[in-house]
Amino acid sequence: MNEFFHMGGYAFYVWSSYAIALVVLLLNVLVPMRNRRRLLAAIARRARRARRT
Amino acid sequence: MHPKRKKRLYLILLMVVGIGIGIGLALNAFNDNLMFFYSPSEVVAGEAPSGHPIRVGGLVSNGSVKRQENGLTVNFDVTDNAKTVTVEYTGILPDLFREGQGIVARGKLDDHGVFVADEVLAKHDENYMPPEVADALKTAHQEGVEGQAPGTAAQ
Amino acid sequence: MISRWFHQLGSPRYFYRFSGRLIPWLAVPCAVLMLAGLYQGLVVAPPDYQQGESYRIMFVHVPSAWMSLFIYMVMAGAGAIALIWHMKLAEVIAISSAHIGASFTFLALITGSIWGKPMWGTWWVWDARLTSELILLFLYLGVIALHNAIDDKRTAARATAILAIVGVVNIPIIHYSVEWWNTLHQGPTVTKFDAPSIDMRMLIPLLLMAVAFKLYYAVVVLMRARCELLERERNTLWVSELAESK
Repeated sequence: MNEFFHMGGYAFYVWSSYAIALVVLLLNVLVPMRNRRRLLAAIARRARRARRT
Repeated sequence: MHPKRKKRLYLILLMVVGIGIGIGLALNAFNDNLMFFYSPSEVVAGEAPSGHPIRVGGLVSNGSVKRQENGLTVNFDVTDNAKTVTVEYTGILPDLFREGQGIVARGKLDDHGVFVADEVLAKHDENYMPPEVADALKTAHQEGVEGQAPGTAAQ
Repeated sequence: MISRWFHQLGSPRYFYRFSGRLIPWLAVPCAVLMLAGLYQGLVVAPPDYQQGESYRIMFVHVPSAWMSLFIYMVMAGAGAIALIWHMKLAEVIAISSAHIGASFTFLALITGSIWGKPMWGTWWVWDARLTSELILLFLYLGVIALHNAIDDKRTAARATAILAIVGVVNIPIIHYSVEWWNTLHQGPTVTKFDAPSIDMRMLIPLLLMAVAFKLYYAVVVLMRARCELLERERNTLWVSELAESK
C-alpha cells in the first residue's frame, strides 16, 4: 500500500497531476449546478414580485 | 439548402481554406525557426548558426558517457547514426538520461568542436511497455542476432 | 420523423426537459468507466521500462489533450451551424463547450508540465507541440472573452463562431507538430498508422479514461447549456413556471 502511494519516487508528480485533474473536473460540475440553482431562484423571485405589483 | 444558407456555408469554407493557406505559407517560411533542435549532421556540416546558443538532439552513443574528476561534469557523444558531436555538460542530468537515450542539449560549439551545453533534456520515445517485456524484446533481438552467426545453437 | 425530432430538440423548452432526463444516463457510465480506468491505470497497469511509475500521469494527460482537440472541433462545428442556420441551440452548445475545452487544455498543459519536469528535466520548452497547445488555450480564452464582451447574446454567438472557426487551422498543426518539426515531445503512440506501441495493460486504462472523459464532456456541456438556455429564456413563461415550481 505504501509502495502504491510512493509511486517509485514520483509521488509528488503523479499525485499532484491527479489532484489538479480532480479539482478541475469537479469544479466544472459544481459551477453549473450552483449557477442553475441561483438562476432559478432569481427568476422565481422576480416572477413573484412582478405578480404582486 | 436555402441559397442564403448555402452562401454562408461557402463563405465559411472559403475563410477556413484561405486562412489555412496563409498559415501554411507562414509556417513554411519560418520552418527553420520551428525546429526545436539541430541534428549532429547539421551541426557538423555547419548548417546550424554559430554565435548564439543552439540545441542539438540525438541519441547518446553507447559507452561514451564519461564523468570527469569533479563528478559533476559529464562528457558524452550525441549521434544521429551518421555524424557525432561530443557534448560537455556540468550539472544535474534528467532521470531518463542514459546511454542509447534521446537527448536535447542547448549550448555552443567551442573552438575544439566540443559542444558545451548549459542544459540537457531527455527525449523519450512513444513506446510504453513494462520492464519484463522490454527485457524479453532485448533477449529476443540478441538471440536473433546470435542465431545468424555460425556455430551458435539456438536456445 | 428524425427531422421532426431534430426540430423539436432545437426548441429550448424541449431540449431543457430532454437533456435533464439524459444527464443521469450519461453520468453513471461516465463515473463507472472513470473509476475502472483509475483502478486499471494506477493499480493494474505495470510500470514503464524507462519512465517507471511516473508515466501514470499519461492516464489524465493524454485523454485531456485529446479532449482539448475534440471539444474545439465540436465548438467550431456548432459555431458553423449557428452561423449558417441561426440555430439557438448550436450557439449555446458552442459557448458552453468553450469553458470545458479551456479546462481540458489547461489540464493537458499542466499535467504535461508536471510530467516533463522529472522525465525531460524541464517544466516547459517552446517546442512546436507545447507552443501550439498553448495557442489553443488562448483561442479558447479568446472565445470566452469575446463572448463576455458583447452584450447581445446573438451577436456574441456570431462573433465567437467566426473566431472559433478561424482557430480550427491550429488543430492539425497541434496534431502533426511532432511529425512536421523536431520537437522535445515524442511522436504519437496510439494514433499512428501501425499498431499502437503501448502494452495492452497500459492501453486499456488509457482508452477507458478517454471514453470516460468523452462522457464527462457530454454531461457537463449539457449542464452548462441548460443554464445558458435558462438565462436566455428567462422572460418566457415556461422558464418562470419552472422556476416557481422549484
